[in-house]
Amino acid sequence: MTTEQDLAQASLQAILQTHQNQPGALLPILHDVQDALGFIPDWAVADIAKALNQSRAEVHGVITFYHHFRTTPPAQHTLQICQAEACQARGSRELTAHAEQVLGCSLHGQSADQRIGLEPVYCLGLCSTGPNIQLNDKMVSRVDAAKLDRLLASVKEAQ
Amino acid sequence: MSIRLFVPRDSAALALGADDTAAALAAEAQRRGVDIELVRNGSRGLFWLEPLAEVQTARGRVAYGPVEADDVAELFDALIQGAEHPLGHGLTEEIPYLKNQERLTFARVGITDPLSLADYQAHEGFAGLKRALSMDSAAIVQEVLDSGLRGRGGAAFPTGIKWRTVAQAEAAQKYVVCNADEGDSGTYSDRMVMEDDPFMLIEGMTIAGIAVGATQGYIYVRSEYPHSFDVLNQAIRLAEDAGFLGENILASGKRFQLEVRKAAGAYVCGEETAMLESIEGKRGVVRAKPPLPALSGLFGQPTVINNVISLASVPVILARGAAFYANYGMGRSKGTLPFQLAGNLKYGGLVEKAFGLTLRELLQNFGGGSASGRPIRAVQVGGPLGAYLPESQFDTPLDYEAFAALGAVVGHGGIVAFDDTVDMAEQARYAMEFCAIESCGKCTPCRIGSTRGVEVIQRIQKDEKRPQQIGLLRDLCDTMLHGSLCAMGGMTPYPVLSALNHFPEDFGGAGE
Repeated sequence: MTTEQDLAQASLQAILQTHQNQPGALLPILHDVQDALGFIPDWAVADIAKALNQSRAEVHGVITFYHHFRTTPPAQHTLQICQAEACQARGSRELTAHAEQVLGCSLHGQSADQRIGLEPVYCLGLCSTGPNIQLNDKMVSRVDAAKLDRLLASVKEAQ
Repeated sequence: MSIRLFVPRDSAALALGADDTAAALAAEAQRRGVDIELVRNGSRGLFWLEPLAEVQTARGRVAYGPVEADDVAELFDALIQGAEHPLGHGLTEEIPYLKNQERLTFARVGITDPLSLADYQAHEGFAGLKRALSMDSAAIVQEVLDSGLRGRGGAAFPTGIKWRTVAQAEAAQKYVVCNADEGDSGTYSDRMVMEDDPFMLIEGMTIAGIAVGATQGYIYVRSEYPHSFDVLNQAIRLAEDAGFLGENILASGKRFQLEVRKAAGAYVCGEETAMLESIEGKRGVVRAKPPLPALSGLFGQPTVINNVISLASVPVILARGAAFYANYGMGRSKGTLPFQLAGNLKYGGLVEKAFGLTLRELLQNFGGGSASGRPIRAVQVGGPLGAYLPESQFDTPLDYEAFAALGAVVGHGGIVAFDDTVDMAEQARYAMEFCAIESCGKCTPCRIGSTRGVEVIQRIQKDEKRPQQIGLLRDLCDTMLHGSLCAMGGMTPYPVLSALNHFPEDFGGAGE
């Protein structure tokens, strides 16, 4: 076992401890694990299932039901572009096509250099000022192709 | 005395650079040695003006916007005096977009610091809770019944009847669950309440708990709303510390506790029974009804489930009385609804009005027509499961029954405008695709029907046996409407059929 996985294992145990008396704790646990590790690794499923007295199949079923949870590591940066109606009405289809072209991948894919993941999102609740995107933790409104290029350049510089 | 400046902390303002504006104002003030107090208020909901900076003057608050960080150095002199400037809009309260609204639920939003209990109480906060604590349970329920309040999440079921059912149920533990899984595109009023006036939601839920005998509440917030999640958690701590929430509310002996739960990006969890499953830690799969959640809801116990705006409307109803609230509105649609003007509109924003004004009044008088300057061709009201309305229906009054008569819904009050570049066959295809992505998979009409629907519409778009495919699409929509377990599959036909019926030219001209 690597040191990195020891740390991850310790953080999983701490998360399970925190939620041990919470009714319906599975979603809060999965959120904490993903926030801590970036994704929900396969090896964590058995421990989570055991802590909740559930089967691994049940936990797996929950992880795969929800779009938010991921079972593989994310790219270094994540770009989400809203695909819902209010942003469509303000040009999100064109913006998405531009992003796919400059990153060289389609939605759910990663850029050629593997550094930026491109994901759809269905509404950020900023529907008067679309098209809206979220780049890592930051939401940005009124994004056109030029603004998107500047934002992508800024995260690439920042490493 | 320091000069009070306001720059919103609402997500929409932040996404337009409000933090940079606030930092630039603070830096400019320091550079000039001017003593300012910078309040991070909620948003007024005039989003084309965000970031909207305001200054407190003897005449009232004066507005400037949109103020970007780069504008600050040049604007600063005018701003601190409330003087005229090209970015100025005069007294905020006198801006027609705001002045012509009827803000009951959103009375404080944009005015106060969302996390200031002092601010909240200075603006009628907790007046409803204090009155509720002096009443017996049945009287509180009666007050909500008499107000005519109907579920603001979209289903429009009378809130008071739900509460009475739970109040009369016998159980050791009951729950109040707030549905804050605001997934409809074109809606953000729940988000604004949570970020910009969280104590109002806490107060409404506490009153609900007292009325029905529930001691535990949950707020189920979508994961796409991280600011809402954080602000609610901070507000809950503050309310507990001040005795408005917790073991002994305002020394009344009454108990109510709140926990915020983060959803995980499944639209169907906005359906109330799927949401309960999710809070219980399961897949968000819809439950068959009966049993009603009011009798057997969260963890099998009697549960009040209300939308954010329903619960946020309760404090003003208790504070001012049922008659005050019921005096607004038309027919069986009593009170006000915070409409959300979104999509291709010049002046997008939050407009709280009594029911009964027409869609055209909202689009033209408030929205100012399309942002692109082209004619508005279609308007989707009520989210991704709501019908598309053509121009000939724009004079319909916003009233639950008037919209139902058209085969449309008011829903949660989201209004998304499209100009004449929209392809309605593509919007219909998207509605089916969204249903296919988000279906919980429990019932066949929704799970399979949505995928078949995408395929059929693609064939119509490619002109493959178009007349037969249109017949097939109508048949499929009929099956989904009548055979689905919940609104996900049962209402996806609304946008599809309305697109087909009102815009047949986009489907190759064959309405039938």
